[in-house]
Amino acid sequence: MTLTEKIKDPEKEKRKIKSDKKMRALMTDYYIEAKTPKAQTGKKIAWITSGGPVEPLQVMDVIPVYPENYGAMIGASKMGVELCEKAEQMGYSSDLCSYARADIASATVNGGPIGGLPEPDMLVCCNNICGTVLKWYEVQARYYKVPLFILDTPICHTEYNPDMKRYVTTQIQEYISFLEKICGKRFDYDRMTEVGKLSVQGQRLWQEILDTTMNRPAPMTCFDAFFHLAMIVTLRGTQIAVDFYESLLAEMKDRIAQGIGMLAQEKYRLVWDNLPVWYRLRWLSDKFSAHSACLVADTYTSGWCSSMQYLDENDFLGSLAEMYTRIFLNTGTDIMADNIVKMVEKYEADGVVFHSNRSCKPYSLGQYDIQRIIQEKVGIPTLMIEADMSDERNFSESQIETRIDAFIEMLK
Amino acid sequence: MERIGIFKQIVSNPCEYARNWKEKTRGKVIGNFCSYTPEELITAAGALPFRILGSGATISKANAFLQAYSCSLVRGALEDSLEGRLNFLDGTVFPHTCDSIQRLSDIWRMNTNYAFHADLIMPVKLDTESAEQYMISVIRKFRKDLETGFGIRITDEMLKKAIQTSNQVRASLAKLYEIRKNSPEKLKSSELHTVFKASMVMDRNQLADALRELITFLEDEKIAETPNAKRIVLTGGLCSMPDIYDVIESSNGAVVWDDFCTGSRYFEGQINEEGDLEKNIASRYISRIVCPAKHSGIYARGNYLLDKVRENHADGVIFVFLKFCDPHSFDYPYMKEMLEKEGIPSMLFEIEEQTSSGGQLQTRCEAFMEML
Repeated sequence: MTLTEKIKDPEKEKRKIKSDKKMRALMTDYYIEAKTPKAQTGKKIAWITSGGPVEPLQVMDVIPVYPENYGAMIGASKMGVELCEKAEQMGYSSDLCSYARADIASATVNGGPIGGLPEPDMLVCCNNICGTVLKWYEVQARYYKVPLFILDTPICHTEYNPDMKRYVTTQIQEYISFLEKICGKRFDYDRMTEVGKLSVQGQRLWQEILDTTMNRPAPMTCFDAFFHLAMIVTLRGTQIAVDFYESLLAEMKDRIAQGIGMLAQEKYRLVWDNLPVWYRLRWLSDKFSAHSACLVADTYTSGWCSSMQYLDENDFLGSLAEMYTRIFLNTGTDIMADNIVKMVEKYEADGVVFHSNRSCKPYSLGQYDIQRIIQEKVGIPTLMIEADMSDERNFSESQIETRIDAFIEMLK
Repeated sequence: MERIGIFKQIVSNPCEYARNWKEKTRGKVIGNFCSYTPEELITAAGALPFRILGSGATISKANAFLQAYSCSLVRGALEDSLEGRLNFLDGTVFPHTCDSIQRLSDIWRMNTNYAFHADLIMPVKLDTESAEQYMISVIRKFRKDLETGFGIRITDEMLKKAIQTSNQVRASLAKLYEIRKNSPEKLKSSELHTVFKASMVMDRNQLADALRELITFLEDEKIAETPNAKRIVLTGGLCSMPDIYDVIESSNGAVVWDDFCTGSRYFEGQINEEGDLEKNIASRYISRIVCPAKHSGIYARGNYLLDKVRENHADGVIFVFLKFCDPHSFDYPYMKEMLEKEGIPSMLFEIEEQTSSGGQLQTRCEAFMEML
């Protein structure tokens, strides 16, 4: 190593988020505990969908594990193609969700960056994000031969009606009975109140962190949010998440006070729609930065706070049904469009970047309409990138580069 | 072929049939997408339930609304709608099934102008008490929505009559399956498929009579059997490509069963005509084999397939479903494995409605039949 390489650019160093390190350490601790033999921890493991109610698991001391989070890790470590191909050899179509394909394959070969997820004692599938998770969890229920609980949250195209409320509320009770049976102990309702408070606190803090990008220059970008999101997904309802997000929020406020932005120069402010392109985060981030375009907000990471308005802090369990049913992905395309329009206004964005994600139909179908709605309502340029969240074979670098360059020209 | 003349004529232009029906009866036509549409309520309302399958025309307008990775049913249906081919419809019903249909409902609601739009958000799991209760409430709500939407009242008497008719239709369709299974030469699968396609758009009273006549005709008919045809069960979804039946039959195969929503799932299970009628409609859906977008245990569809193979002494299974159909694609590997364990050969054919891949299918099908 030469001397010049050792000297770090102080400007770049200043812009780095210091909490990244802490975040990595906490996530490592979490995966170490999850992968510790159950005889040692004495805890059961539940695999749960990213939009599923994790709080009752925390109450029961069950370790929640997220195959979707692992799908993202697999994508980010560029191991997606190999695992997806393995799933295709098993008979799964290459048109299926790349998270599902990677996870199904990973289970059979202990694949991916941490050598596979710990085996589940139960599966908890909430279909508020898609119908794919239902089929995916059925596959895993057959593979691991463990009980599967389905929390069926009817899609709210235009309304959330009393029939839906009754149905989901009854299922929350069924969920608790399911957990009591598997864990062999009573559900502690007092502890639920505490966990519920922590969950609300975590969600509020996360939204506050995301809101710091309303500042010019934005102290972080959505690429940072994609990274720090893992905490609200996996450790929602814990003190760990609350503590970490408090320190992250403090760091963001400090950056604002010092005028530190994530980009050296922030000329354009953009909103991102859909899941990240995990294997090209750095490439995309550099590409936009080079044009002084800052992705200040996204619909994905804010999704975990998208139904907070329906949450009653004093009756967490009672409001759980509505909160989990009315997340933005489980609503109509027009409601999703309104959500983006509001974000554009709130973050004073100059354009919107859509990731048309082959892996995620409920998120992607309807994006063309949303594009038109944005055009009509706010009249700003939009960009559509065709890709996939974890399967690199669906990423055409030259085509996307050309589109980004052309889009930036429109912003000028 | 004369005996299925009426059905053939309707299938050659279902839209024209619906237009004429409308002119003659002054009734409403309600488009729908799925076998979870309680047609009985639509019929009871005096309207015509019209199953939308997509005309198979080239996609152009729909490309501005749907990505290329959505299935040909979703794209084809929207294309027909945007091109005005469905302008006789007074409304559309979208029972919630897969992610693509879910979003098609939104896109349809935002970009087409039919007077009535109903989302039937049926439960996704059909194996719990609370799901059944919820399903009943969805059906009750749909009845009210129809009443409000069309300014009518659907009495129990009207609903009961509609259920009686649909039960007759289902019994007749089941009978036709029986006839085809026992004497494939009497009723070719391609003919039976034509009957089904017509059944899903025809005036249901007229249909009930036409089916009865066809059955009487077939029962009297004497035809020499060809005993050595290979017996095939089809599984998958929405096979609206008629070529496939011709291909199977010309390769010396005979279809003895299927689990298509445009086939056996359309007629399986009867509705009790007494008591709480909405509850009875729900009971049929709960007890019938599920569409793969629904859940009823993790082996439900695999076990059903094995049962049908055994019951019908089938020699092999052909999986047929649309490209980009997630629910079927997820079920395929385990169902194939279950068949393998029992020594039952199978092949998979992914289809796209707009492109007739007849040649390729013929070659593969012949090879498969030879292997059997």
